[in-house]
Order: sequence, then C-alpha cells, then structure tokens
Amino acid sequence: MTGAPLYAQLINLLAAILLLLAFAMLAQRRVLSLVNLFAAQGVALALSTAIVAFATHQPHLYGSALLTVVLKVALLPWLLHRLIRRLDVKWDVEGLINVPTTMLIGIVLVVFAFNLASPISQLASTVTRSTLGIAIASVMLSFLMMITRRKAIPQVIGFLAMENGLFFAATSATYGMPMVVELGIALDILVAMLILGVFFFQIREQFDSLDLKHLERLKE
Amino acid sequence: MIEILAVLGTPLAGAALLALLGERDFAATINVGVSFVTMLAAAALTVRVLVDGPLLVLDRQFFVDSFNVSLTALTAFVGFTTALFSRPYMRIEQAHGRLTAARLRLYHAMYQLFNFTMLLALTTNNMGILWVAMEAATLATVLLVSLYRTPASLEAAWKYFILCGVGIAQALFGTILLYFAAEKLLGAEGGALLWTSLNDVKGQLEPTVLSIAFVFLLVGYGTKVGLAPLHNWLPDAHAEGPTPVSAVLSGLLLNVALYAVVRCKVLVEGSLDSAFARELMMGFGLLSVVIAALLLSRQKDVKRLFAYSSIEHMGIATFAFGMGGPIANFAGLLHMTVHSLTKSAIFFTVGHAAQKAGTQLTDEIRGLVTTNPPLGWGLVLGTLAILGMPPFGVFASEFLILITAMAVQPWATPVLLAALGLAFASVFSKIQPMVFGETTAKRLPVRPTMVPVFVHLALVLMLGLWIPPFLAEWYRQAARLIG
Repeated sequence: MTGAPLYAQLINLLAAILLLLAFAMLAQRRVLSLVNLFAAQGVALALSTAIVAFATHQPHLYGSALLTVVLKVALLPWLLHRLIRRLDVKWDVEGLINVPTTMLIGIVLVVFAFNLASPISQLASTVTRSTLGIAIASVMLSFLMMITRRKAIPQVIGFLAMENGLFFAATSATYGMPMVVELGIALDILVAMLILGVFFFQIREQFDSLDLKHLERLKE
Repeated sequence: MIEILAVLGTPLAGAALLALLGERDFAATINVGVSFVTMLAAAALTVRVLVDGPLLVLDRQFFVDSFNVSLTALTAFVGFTTALFSRPYMRIEQAHGRLTAARLRLYHAMYQLFNFTMLLALTTNNMGILWVAMEAATLATVLLVSLYRTPASLEAAWKYFILCGVGIAQALFGTILLYFAAEKLLGAEGGALLWTSLNDVKGQLEPTVLSIAFVFLLVGYGTKVGLAPLHNWLPDAHAEGPTPVSAVLSGLLLNVALYAVVRCKVLVEGSLDSAFARELMMGFGLLSVVIAALLLSRQKDVKRLFAYSSIEHMGIATFAFGMGGPIANFAGLLHMTVHSLTKSAIFFTVGHAAQKAGTQLTDEIRGLVTTNPPLGWGLVLGTLAILGMPPFGVFASEFLILITAMAVQPWATPVLLAALGLAFASVFSKIQPMVFGETTAKRLPVRPTMVPVFVHLALVLMLGLWIPPFLAEWYRQAARLIG
C-alpha cells in the first residue's frame, strides 16, 4: 500500500483492527470483556466512517458515524453492562471448547469471505473497496461466534457484532445506505436489545440461569 | 395518499392507545374496532387502486400496484377476523388462568404493532424500509410467542428471535448489495433503493452482484417464509404462542416474507439471463414441500401439525413463483390468498378445540362434532380445504401449479403429487378421530365466535368456484409483472 493516501491507510488499519476484534471476541470467555470488545469495535467503526466521510466529502456519513457512537459505543454497551449487573452474571466465565479449532475455522471463513468479496469489490468505485472482504469476514466470524456460544448474552453480543460487520460492509461498498434506512435499522437494533433485556429476565426467572442448554427441548 | 396514511396510521395509533389504556376489560373490543377501521382503510385503498390504477405517493416512498393491493387487503381482513376470534379466545385463556390482565395489555398493543409492520412492509416502495419492517415484525412477535412464559414458549421465542434475526441479517446484506449495484446507475440520493426505480433499470444492473445479492435475500427472507432447511423456528413459534398469533403468523407473516422474496426475484430476473433465481426458488420450494410432508406424520401436537402444513404450502407457492410464467404466477398468488384464509380458519377452530380439551395433543382431543358441531365441522371443512379437496380454492391453485409443472418441469410433478398425497394421509388420519369419536370435554366458559371460520371458508369455497373479475385481472397483471 505504499503511495496510498494517508486516509486510505488509516481506513485499512481500522478495518484490520475490526477483524482482530472479531477474532478476539471469538476467543473471549468473560462476558464483561466481551461487552468491552464490542464497544471497541463500535469505536473502530465510527472512526473509519468519519474518516471516509472526511476523505470523500459525504456529509451524511458524519451522521452515520455519530449514530454509531451513540448507539454502539454508548447506548448498547451501557444497556449490556446494566443487564449484566442486574442479572448478576458479571464474573461469568464460559467454558469454551476447542478455541484453536474455532480459530482455524475462523481463518477458513476469512479466506472464503475475501473470495466472495473480490468480484464485488472489483466493481466498486469507493476508496474503501478493499475493506469489503474484511466486512464480510467479520459478519461470518460473528455468525461463528453465535453458533459456538452456549449462553444467552454472548450469543446476543454475536448478533450485535454481526450487525457491526454489515454496517461496515455498507460503508465500504457504497458509502452507507440512505439515512432513512440507517435510522430504521438503528431503531430495530435498539428495540431488539430492549426486548432481549426483558427476555433475559424471563429466561432467568424460568430456568434460574442463562445457559441455553435448557432451551433444547423442542424437537422436530 | 390519504388511504395509505389511514392504513398505516390506524394500527400504529391503535397500538399506542392499547398500550396506554392498560388493563381494561374493553381493550379486546377496542382491538377489534381498530382492526375494523384498518380493514375499512384497506378497502378504500383497494377501491382507489381499482379506479385509478397503481399508486406511487409520498415522494415515491409508497407503492401499491396489482401485486400488493390484494395482499394488503387480505392482511387487513385477516387481521380483523383474527381480532374478532381473539376476543373470546383470550377471555377463555384468562379464565383458565394462563394469562394475566397485564399480559393481555402487551398482547393487544403488540398485535396492532405487528399489523402495522406487515402493512408497512407490503406498501413501502423502499427495499431498505421493507427490511426494517420485516425485522420489526419479528420483534413485535417475539414477545407474543413467549406470552405464556412457559419453558417451552420461552425456548420457542428465543429460537424464533435468533434464527430469524440471523436470517434477516443475511437479507440486510443482500439489500446492501442491491443498493451497491443500483447506486451506480441511479445515484446515491434517494432513488437507488426504491423498487420502482430499480425495476426501471433492472436490465442494466450488474448480474454478478445481483446473483450474490439474491442468494442472501432468498436465504434471509426465506427464513421468515419458513423454507426448509431454515424452517426450524416455525413449528415451535406456532405451537407455543397463543393461537391468534399462530393464525396471523401462518396466515399473514409468511405471505409478507414471500412477497419480499418475489419482489427481489423480479429485479434479479430482469438483470440475469440465466434461470438462476428460478432454479434456486424451485429448489427451496420443493425441498420444503418434501421435508414438511415427511415430518407431518410424526407430529403429535395439533398446532405443530398445521405449522408443518404451512411450511408445505409456502413451499408450493415458492415453487410456483420459481417456475414462473403467467399461469404458475397466477396460481402462486391464488395459493397465497387461499392458504392464508384457510389456515387462519383452521387455527381458529384448533385453538378452541385445544381449550376445550385442555391439551394440544391430537391423541387427547376427541368428539368435537358432538360437543360443539360448528367447531367440529369447521375443522373438518378447513382440513379438507387445506388438503386440496375440490371444490375449495386450494384445489384450484394446486391444480394449476401441477399442470404447469407437468408442462415445464415434468420431473417435479411426481415429487409434488407424492408429497401432497402423503400430507393428505398424515393430516386426515389425525384430524378424523379428533372430530368424531367420544368425549368428556367440558363446555367453554365463554362462547367462541365461529363467524370468522365460516366467512373464511366461504371465501375459499368461492375462490375455488368463481374468482371475481377484478381480482383475476389483478392476479393476471401481477403474474405478468413477476414474469
């Protein structure tokens, strides 16, 4: 990337950080640290969006960067922290099986994501097109995280991280969706989080734990 | 324009009103009233489209054409009849001690909100808003599925949330790709996500991007249609939630999701030369029909039984749209309509039958015809209708789909016929002893309303014998549009 303008290098750096954070989330056992990693992902996302906005003079992207900060760096982590405190699962440690295998599957997914992204990014005219592969990879890593987790809160953090990846994909391929749609998506995510909060309490009340192994009775 | 605002505004205002009113006895009546007004507004919208042709209003954000007008009217109509059914049904649930007044408040507010999201998804012209509305529909129903707070209902709601949430995230990625392909032609501002603009330029959209986008959109919205192998949430959510919710999930939400798939298919088909989108839809459709038919015979819970039957019928409709062509598309639209009417009628009867017997197990419900003749006969007729017996409408649509399949996809015909036969045997052998036979079941504390059941079945019968000319014309126009 020698000779690339500074902002392009910065965006690539932030994209790399995003991917690294996705891997870190995959391996993180502690619920509390997961929330912090998620918030860090939000920061990286907002920064890269703001840089793209600055580099390409797209004023509406400042709006989405602001939305990211409010929603994903402040509001959602705050809600999650509150939930964790109220549910008293602050020190929960999840016994993850086979972290190395999960990591290897993760690497395969990243390769696949870059393959999937290459025909699309060739067609893109945005300065950020090289990061599309990373965006798809982080969506897939979050998906993998949802599959491997057995507890409710980490699974939900995986869900939210997936949305982060999708948002990043939208900025890298197209400089973001129209504002109405972005606001709608943000509203959905927020409502989803609130509903899940209510839901956690219902699950806890019923089963005395947030372990999803209790939720495996219904078959066929 | 005023009609669209009324169609969307009424349920939204109704949701707020019902949430604010709180735990009142007349909340159920208000729920019916709001749904009735929504239905009137939808009727006005229908008349407007009938007189003036397709509507494109409010800065091109809303679009009603021959394809979605019938679905909008259907959604508002079934929304109203289900509200009518739910009034005595929820009272009985309350009398049986399964629900408190506070939960009913949540139920009524969410019911209206759910109606709003479906009507928004149907009338919006913006593919992004369509996604937002579909996601909101999931969110509105999650708490309805877990309304009883039993372990099984919590599990069902969790599965529903996670599976549909992941599914719909795929659809968001598909929408992003669609926007990406369109933005080059239409510019970033405004128009690039509007379906009408996309439809105008669909021939020039980048085929590679659109085929990748379609895979994501089909998988995403297909999860909500209940297409196999993404159907796991559907039987659980239907069986564990309250019956009015099962009726609107099967009768309406699945239709709306399929509507989204078909709208996307029109765009992708226009951009690609190959039969890629068709083949994908046919494959998913047929797989759903076969898997559902095989699993039907193993069901012990009557609501699960009919949930699998919904997967089967959605598979048939998806297969029909996959085949394409004027007849198959016409049949697919007709099938969506008659399935929606029949399946909700069946859920109305099944709900009361389960209340009478105190269980949802098919082995323990007996003698419905002796204890409550309208209920028993409603279930018999509904079952015969959904299994495709003439002269009901389901027979007409399935017949059209089968003859088209014989002409264009002969290999699929035996598979479809075998699956339909198997479904008939499995469902009828379970329903027949439930309806006839001896029983000791008690009377219900509140008299159930059987009017919606027979109105639905009469409509299905009518559609089997005679389709009103204006409706046939809409279906034909829509069938041409879908291609």
